Amino acid sequence: MLYREAGQFKTTYEADQAIFPLRQDRIGIAVIAALAFVVVPLTATDFFLTSIMTPFLIFALAAIGLNVLTGYAGQLSLGTGAFMGVGAYSAYKLTSIFPDANIIVVLLASGFFSAAIGVAFGLPSLRIKGLYLAVTTLAAQFFLEWCFIRIPWLYNYNASGAIEISQREMAGIVVTGPAAAPLTQYFIVLCVTVGLTWFVSNLIRGRIGRQWMMIRDMDIAAELIGVRPLTAKLSAFAVSSYLCGVAGAMMVFFWLGAAEPSAFAISLSFQVLFMTILGGLGSLIGSYMGAAFIWILPVALRVVLPSLGFDVAAETVQHLTSMIVGALIIFFLITEPHGLARLWQLTKEKLKVWPFPYG
Amino acid sequence: MKTTLLATGLATAVIAGSFAVAPAQAEDSIYVPLFTYRTGPYAGSGIPIANGMEDYFAMLNERDGGIGGVKIDYDECETGYNTQKGVECYESVKAKNPVVITPYSTGITLQVIPKASVDRIPVLSMAYGLSAAAIGKTFPWIFNAPDTYWDGASAIIKDIARREGGLDGLKGKKIGYIFLDAGYGREPIPLLEDLAKKYGFEMTQYPVAGKEMQNQSSQWLNVRRDRPDYMIMWGWGAMNPTAVKEATKIRYSMDKFYGVWWSGGNDDAAAGGMAAKGFRTLNFNGVGKDYPVIQDIKKYVVDAGKSQVEPAKFADNLYNRGVYNAMLIAEGIRSAQEHSGKKVVTAEDVRNGLEVMNLDEKRIADMGMKDFMAPLKMSCEDHNGHGPLYIVEWDGKDWQKSGEWFEPMTDVVQPLLEAAADEYVKSNAPWPERDVPCAK
Repeated sequence: MLYREAGQFKTTYEADQAIFPLRQDRIGIAVIAALAFVVVPLTATDFFLTSIMTPFLIFALAAIGLNVLTGYAGQLSLGTGAFMGVGAYSAYKLTSIFPDANIIVVLLASGFFSAAIGVAFGLPSLRIKGLYLAVTTLAAQFFLEWCFIRIPWLYNYNASGAIEISQREMAGIVVTGPAAAPLTQYFIVLCVTVGLTWFVSNLIRGRIGRQWMMIRDMDIAAELIGVRPLTAKLSAFAVSSYLCGVAGAMMVFFWLGAAEPSAFAISLSFQVLFMTILGGLGSLIGSYMGAAFIWILPVALRVVLPSLGFDVAAETVQHLTSMIVGALIIFFLITEPHGLARLWQLTKEKLKVWPFPYG
Repeated sequence: MKTTLLATGLATAVIAGSFAVAPAQAEDSIYVPLFTYRTGPYAGSGIPIANGMEDYFAMLNERDGGIGGVKIDYDECETGYNTQKGVECYESVKAKNPVVITPYSTGITLQVIPKASVDRIPVLSMAYGLSAAAIGKTFPWIFNAPDTYWDGASAIIKDIARREGGLDGLKGKKIGYIFLDAGYGREPIPLLEDLAKKYGFEMTQYPVAGKEMQNQSSQWLNVRRDRPDYMIMWGWGAMNPTAVKEATKIRYSMDKFYGVWWSGGNDDAAAGGMAAKGFRTLNFNGVGKDYPVIQDIKKYVVDAGKSQVEPAKFADNLYNRGVYNAMLIAEGIRSAQEHSGKKVVTAEDVRNGLEVMNLDEKRIADMGMKDFMAPLKMSCEDHNGHGPLYIVEWDGKDWQKSGEWFEPMTDVVQPLLEAAADEYVKSNAPWPERDVPCAK
């Protein structure tokens, strides 16, 4: 009842090909947009913005990036953290070379460096598949991390080896550095993430996205009907690394403010990979869900557990959080191996006929 | 997308609600958040320090009813030595009006430094973090007493020179430097290179990557090949015990192996057992239990069952380091109370308090810390103090004091600090001018 499609007739091709063909979805997305753009900014505290929403959106974008590669094109990658690092370091270098450049332009440009590196490390994917490819992307992770530590030019010969983001303004508003308002940073991250999500969703529905999925489902069949694996695979690597690069740049510019090379370690790659798998491979909503699950849940538990009146030590909260999140990951993967996005799909099916058992 | 964001919204509301009811600070207490790590790969070093800090504050609250009659409301925030969580900790404690932040990680310190002057909260990174933060003119809100890493490196070179019969004795010597390949371990390199040029010794470097802390055999193979006359280590967490073990394995002469103060954990040296006898590290806090302050902690906190410390690890070296750190915070607050005339001090008062802090022999004796620490004085320009250090030596079971307190080469370090502060300002332009007057 709640999710009835009956009666919604499509009379034009445009209507049939809309991103959200269902009225309920359109209402839902409007509500979410209202929440994200109006309610959150009006009600949220600084802690909520800086520690929950901004990182959540950044991780969601990174998860979308990995999802393009792993979920849509079927190429397993363990180098996400390093590709995010490439974005962060190139954005940092760009701002120090062009200090007056618009920060959004710098962000979007830094993704291209990351895309180029991604394509270079994607070349082996033309010959090797699956776990073997995972190993070569792992090599990319270690090599790039080594570069972040060993090439002092990347961090402007800073004695501490970290990149530190200084204050930058855009149209008279401070957007980076410690003086920037969390709300400003949240808005920028929100707009970039939503914009790129929209872009990717259209890419996936189009010719390029279909090529990726054909390669994923059966590469020989795809080749036989004229899909060039070279362009399909490398474009997936490029788009994926681009998104991860932008996410990495935003991570340093709008969230952390400074980063050591260890911020882009293998653990970050795994964090994003878990978000992608748990959220659902090959699903954009899933990327958001996965990011919410992996990022927001632990933070929320850390805040909520003590405020519920459990008088526990800080490290016990940490242990409890790891245990609860770990148990939930196992639980979700057993009940629904296709991730949270699939769960949502099933819920929608159920809601179509609810409260009746059969349609 | 609908559910996600709906669920997010719902979670948002719930969480926002729980933030709204975050306990308001009582009027008559001072809030001191302690960033600690009892989990993760650095927990081995983090736990004794966390215990030491907690127990000192607990003792002050029990024995004196706090500081100047005001209870200290201390609270741990678990960072796991992870910068992401450190930033989260910083944001979560910021709302509760902390008087001082102790990040306990170089990475987190770097992130907090620019925020400190905006949020107007002093940061005390005790002998870690950014060395250049000692320059009070550039970093009015950051304090890194009692010594910077450069003081430490120069002190080790000074002690080596003493054993070689003066600074001229360093000529032609080979000194190996094994370090955690991160900001922390790389920081001393410019100073060591400077000194190497000045005194004519050769420096060889052995970087240890963070994720390979527990596998150092290749580095130590190189050490065996290069045969350096002395070894200096800048390690933390699991790197320390591994290095000590590897050094004993290649039969490196342990009394020529120096560590910075952060390599001086009891568990670090114990990994080499009796074979590690002679291993030495810098220290700025007393070792052992024979100080009135440690006895008071034992009496009021440990024996009363209010401490998390294991009895066998009570008052080990890093525990005492934690006590020293807590003492610095407490003395900052006390000095702020005297300076401002208020009982319940604010973050700005504590900044002033730290700036005028003067821990002389008399005050040290009053605290029950005679011989536990050296006198320390900070000022408007000098946020470090460059206090004297001494060497502790591992006797196979515990650390023993070896030799007297001595000064680091402050004259060499100071120009480098100033240059580094200028460099920081340049690369972080526009860096805010100091807008707080000197506390007098």
